Formats: sequence, structure tokens, C-alpha cells
Amino acid sequence: MNRIIKITLLLVLLAMSSFLHAEDLMMLRSTQPFPETMSNLQNIIKQHGYVVSRVQRVDIGLTKMGYKTDKYRVVFFGKHEELQKLTNKYPELTAYLPLKIAIFSENTETLLVTGDPLKFAEMFPDKELQKHFKQWSKDMTAIFHDVRKIDED
Amino acid sequence: MKAKSLFAHLFALLLLLPFSSGHAAESAKSVGEQLYTQHCAACHGTDGDGGVGIPLALTDFQASVSDNYLAKTIKLGRPGRIMPAFATFTDQEIAAIVKHIRGFSNVAYPKDNRTPIKGNPTLGKKVYEQNCASCHGQNGEGGSGTGVTFSRPRHLPIIAPALNNSGFQAAISDEMIKHTLMKGRKGTPMTSFLKNGLNEKDLDNVVAYIRQFKQQEQTLTAEDLAPTLTYESPYGLQETIDSIKRAVLGKNFRLIRVQTFDDGYVAKDKQQANKSIIYFCNFEFLNRALNIDPRVGMFLPCRITVVESKGKVLVMAINPLRLSRLFNNNELDKACIEMRDLYIEILEEATL
Ligand code: HEC
Ligand code: HEC
Repeated sequence: MNRIIKITLLLVLLAMSSFLHAEDLMMLRSTQPFPETMSNLQNIIKQHGYVVSRVQRVDIGLTKMGYKTDKYRVVFFGKHEELQKLTNKYPELTAYLPLKIAIFSENTETLLVTGDPLKFAEMFPDKELQKHFKQWSKDMTAIFHDVRKIDED
Repeated sequence: MKAKSLFAHLFALLLLLPFSSGHAAESAKSVGEQLYTQHCAACHGTDGDGGVGIPLALTDFQASVSDNYLAKTIKLGRPGRIMPAFATFTDQEIAAIVKHIRGFSNVAYPKDNRTPIKGNPTLGKKVYEQNCASCHGQNGEGGSGTGVTFSRPRHLPIIAPALNNSGFQAAISDEMIKHTLMKGRKGTPMTSFLKNGLNEKDLDNVVAYIRQFKQQEQTLTAEDLAPTLTYESPYGLQETIDSIKRAVLGKNFRLIRVQTFDDGYVAKDKQQANKSIIYFCNFEFLNRALNIDPRVGMFLPCRITVVESKGKVLVMAINPLRLSRLFNNNELDKACIEMRDLYIEILEEATL
């Protein structure tokens, strides 16, 4: 085999391996505290062209009710036109959208969790939707990648 | 296929692949460290101190398990106990992760020894019930909650693993169980039972008893797996929203807010009234769910959407049991069945 083909094959395999190792939930541990990670996350979400529509402060509600908890938020985001168009045609998607990432502190570190949007594909098999799920999965992967990157720099 | 077109195909494939944070880019770290950081650290901690997962760095743990145990655990996971199966990993990748984990605590560790230990399971059952069941469960189903958590108060600092788990049973050897019982694991609630007054014969019996544990299979119907719970309302849009609000309050939830679906994206006067979200919460339930699995943010807050479309008013909620599939957590599944039933009651009452 030609050397270039070999190298290309190797690169393909390497790239595939992280694609193949996709897990049901995307999770990430940031070694930075909650406020820094939260602000990085929101900036990165915006850089990927999404609007953060709301941050649900789960911990505030719990604490008010007398339960002990560390910081716990859910960040909702999406693209307005896409959300409208898809949910007009597929009302059931309103149950799952907009996209969200749960973010919570664990001691001095911070955890991020979301479901891989590719998992929507099993729930909503309509052909037209698949490219959106793939795109969201790609963007979500890139968002997690960027948060991890800041963490390492 | 000619070499040139093969090359072109491969190149196209490469471009199509999603951007990955995979191995090639960050080669300063070892493959094992990269894989660990990406796939394990979120749960087990960057240095193996534990989190959603149990600690991996503890000396007593490392000194009691073989590389084969670690490799099998990674490959098979612990079905229904959060720890995912990394079935797609190659043996080389797994070996690299194992090597990285060994670096957390440089202690001597045993070779894999699969010699069976003979004991009397009937006698072992008594020993188990008196000494182990309080933490590991009556049938070895494990403790409640997740690994180690710092973010909320809890019963034990570290969860007691499930001993009836198919992944655990396949990975562990009799020797390793016995070793764990003899030495205990310092820094965890698992103490040495030789020191706690049991003799070696008792331990052999308990090993034989643990080996008889079987994990209960979960059976789910197509209905269990429906993505959403969807009902058609006989009322108009606003009437339906009011009716849901009443039903929610009647089930002891607090109403958090009612908003249009596009709230947060466009100004109030531009928002479309035909799609609304009703958010609500039961904090007692929420607190319980967070103790079961801190990752339940994906379900939060509870909500029902109302959509007027093509002359119909539809009311919808996620099917929590369907979403729960992603978590590999049997205990969470149970809470989700409870939540699903509550959603159904609310949806039925509101559309009656
Ligand atoms: C006070 C609670 C408690 C009691 C009592 C207890 N354990 Fe444990 N056990 C634990 C915890 C917590 C761990 C996990 C320790 C760790 O983080 O490595 C554990 C670990 C183990 C493991 C290793 C499991 C694995 O996945 O690595 C075995 C086997 C085990 N226990 C068996 C027993 C048996 C048999 C008894 C009774 C003779 C017993 N335990 C009593 C809490 C307990
Ligand atoms: C989603 C969280 C999660 C992820 C990701 C995860 N684990 Fe786990 N792991 C757990 C939990 C929880 C347990 C304990 C299971 C139980 O309680 O029965 C566990 C158990 C283990 C054990 C057995 C420990 C013992 O005491 O016997 C090993 C080894 C392990 N995990 C290694 C890994 C490795 C390596 C990776 C990455 C390739 C990984 N885990 C990824 C949550 C996770």
C-alpha cells in the first residue's frame, strides 16, 4: 500500500475511534470552579451560533425549600428560526427542546452533562429531522471540546 | 477500486467525520490519559478520587484487583449501575486506560487468579445478611445513589457497589472478593471482616453466596419507550393551560412559570401564543432524584408543553422512562416510572 493511503487510513481510524466511542450521555469535568465554567460555557454556546434563552437555577429553588445543595443550573439554548420551524411541523419536539446542558459543582470542580442529540434520532425517526440531530450532536461535541480546551490551557 | 479513488473516498470520509477531540490533536498526553480524561474523569475524577463513580486511586482497591478485572470492568460496564460499558474500545485502548489508572497509585497488584473458592452458600447467606446486606442490599443490588458526592448530604460517603451485577460478576474472581473481605478498603466504608470478627471459613462461605447472586432482567414494553406522553385536549388553548395548572397544583407540585416556547429568543410582543410551556416542580421529589443521580438536570424542571396546531390542542411531556435509558441507572428508572405516572395523571386530568 502506498504510504499516503496508509497515513490517511490511520487518520481516518483515529477520527473514527472517537466517533465510534460516542456515549449516550456527554459528560465533562472542568477543573475550574462553577462561576468560571458557567461563563465559559455560555460564551462558547454563543460562539457556536446559539442563543442562551434561559438559565434555570435549580439550586436556588431547592435551597429556598430548605434542602442542601451545591450550585446546580440548567442552561437552555437554541436557534430561534430552527426551533420554530421544527416544532411547527413536529409539535412533539417541544417536549425535548430547546437543547440543554446541566451544570453543577462538585467541590472545587464543575460537571457538565447532556444527552447526545443523536439519541433523538431513535426517538424521532422522521428523515427530515436527522440532519438537525446530527448537526446538534456535532455542535454539542464541539462545545464540550471547547470547554475542555479552556480547562487545559 | 484504484488507489487514487480509494484515497479520495477516504479523504472525503475524513472531512465528513465530526470534529473530534480525539487522540491525534493532543498527543502530548498519553493515549491512556486522553481516553481516561475524555471517558472516565467526569465520573471517577481526574486523579481517580471518585465522583459520580467510585474512587479508583485507593491503594487497597488497586492492591486487590488484577489488570484483567479492570479491563473487563471497562469493557462490560455495570449494567443498570451507571458505569457504562465501553464495548467499542479496542483491547489496546483499554490496556492504555488500565495503565493510566495504575499510575494513580503505584502499588503491587495481583495477577488474575481464577481458582474457585469452595464455600457453603447457605452458611454464607447468614453471614451476608448480618454483615453486608445493610450496605450492599438484601440481594446484592448495591447501595442507593451514586459514587461519591460532595454536592449534597448523604447516607454513606461512598456508594456500596452492586454485587449481583452481571458486569461485576463477570469481571471479579473469587480470590479478589476474598481479598477485599480480608483487607477491606481503607478510606471507604468497606472494612476488613477478618478484623471485624469473621474467620476465613465465614469469608469463603460468603464468597460462595455472593456468586449465586443474579441480576434481575429489566423488561420494557414499546409503550415504556415512547418518546413523549401526548394527549389531545378537548378545550381551547388558554382553557387547557388553566386546566393543566390546576392539575399540577392538585398533585402537590409548585407552579414555576408559564411561558411561550420562544420566550428568551424574541421580544414579548413577537412571541407566538400557540406554543406554551408550563414549568413546575416538587422539591421533595427533585431532591430525592438528585440523590439518586446528580445528572438528572436533563429532566429539569418538570414541564408540559401545549401546542395549538391544525385546529387541535396537544399537551405533551417527555416520557421520563425513555430519557432515563441514557443514564444506565436502574434506581433512576424507578423514580422515572413514578414521575411518568404523575405526568400521565396530570395530563389525563387536564384533558378530561
Ligand atoms: C458500611 C457499609 C459496607 C458494609 C457493611 C460492607 N461493605 Fe462491601 N463495600 C462498601 C463500599 C462503600 C465499597 C466500595 C469501596 C470502594 O470505593 O472501593 C464496598 C466494596 C465491596 C466489594 C468490592 C466491589 C467492587 O465493585 O469493587 C465487595 C466484593 C464487597 N464490598 C463485599 C462485601 C461483603 C461480602 C460484605 C459483608 C461481609 C461487605 N462488603 C460489607 C460498603 C460496605
Ligand atoms: C457515568 C459515570 C461513569 C463513567 C463515565 C465511568 N464510570 Fe466507572 N463506575 C461508575 C460507577 C457508578 C461505578 C460503581 C458501580 C456500582 O456501584 O455498582 C463504577 C465502577 C468502576 C470500576 C469498579 C471499581 C471497583 O471498586 O471495583 C472501575 C474499574 C471503573 N468504574 C472504571 C472506569 C473507567 C476506566 C472508565 C472510563 C473508561 C469509567 N469507569 C467510566 C461510574 C462511571
